[in-house]
Amino acid sequence: MTEGSPRKLAIIASKGSLDMAYPPLILANAARMMGIEVELFFTFWGLDIITKKKMNNLNVATVGNPAMHPSFHIPTWIGGLPGMSAMASAMMRQEIDKLDFPPVGEFIEMLVDAGANVYGCKMSMDMMKLTEADLIDGAKVLGAMEFMEKSEGAQIIFV
Amino acid sequence: MATREIAGKTIEFDDDGYMKDPQDWSKEVCEVLAGEQDITLSDVHWKVIEFARDEYNKTKESPTLRRITKSGVISTKDLYAFFPNGPAGKIAKLAGLHKPTGCI
Repeated sequence: MTEGSPRKLAIIASKGSLDMAYPPLILANAARMMGIEVELFFTFWGLDIITKKKMNNLNVATVGNPAMHPSFHIPTWIGGLPGMSAMASAMMRQEIDKLDFPPVGEFIEMLVDAGANVYGCKMSMDMMKLTEADLIDGAKVLGAMEFMEKSEGAQIIFV
Repeated sequence: MATREIAGKTIEFDDDGYMKDPQDWSKEVCEVLAGEQDITLSDVHWKVIEFARDEYNKTKESPTLRRITKSGVISTKDLYAFFPNGPAGKIAKLAGLHKPTGCI
């Protein structure tokens, strides 16, 4: 690494669908693998990624998702049928597993073990009636201003 | 690119400090490189380095950290404790492998 203060990355994860959960996790992990400090802030629907009861049941949207699905396009009216989202999500989980990427819950655990700092947004948690006990072990509750302090000097990625 | 004389061997390195030819690696070379990174090699270090080299011999690619931890040779926590400040690059360099390209 270069001399002086180490490189630092702050990632804000605001989306809780399966497809939007992975980018912040992958980037955070890549940074840690390279010795870059990581502050991960989960806000609004992003909180689902670190909520114990939800993190392993994230879904991908089959309605209003123009990228759905590259290999066989699902028209919006079919995407709205019962079970379509669950089916698409299961398929995506399989593909992710094939690439050797862990399920969301295990991924977050790995990041905590790798030394990434994981925070739940206080305001979002109050809104969703969550407490620190609902979050994965190692995650802390943080206010927006405190996150500003933590992310000082960091490069910021918003997902 | 740089050519260096280490433990009686002439070894070529790329611009990022990775060995050009993994066949140039030896335990003695590894010890010198570790010393330069302020790492005193323990049994744990050797287990990881040897696993990485075995994987390379099978796949001709530097193993991902996920591959290393999933194999059970070391936990994620220990990986970061034993190879601090960027375990991915550190392990590949000490094992004489190319720059890792995996994303996990």
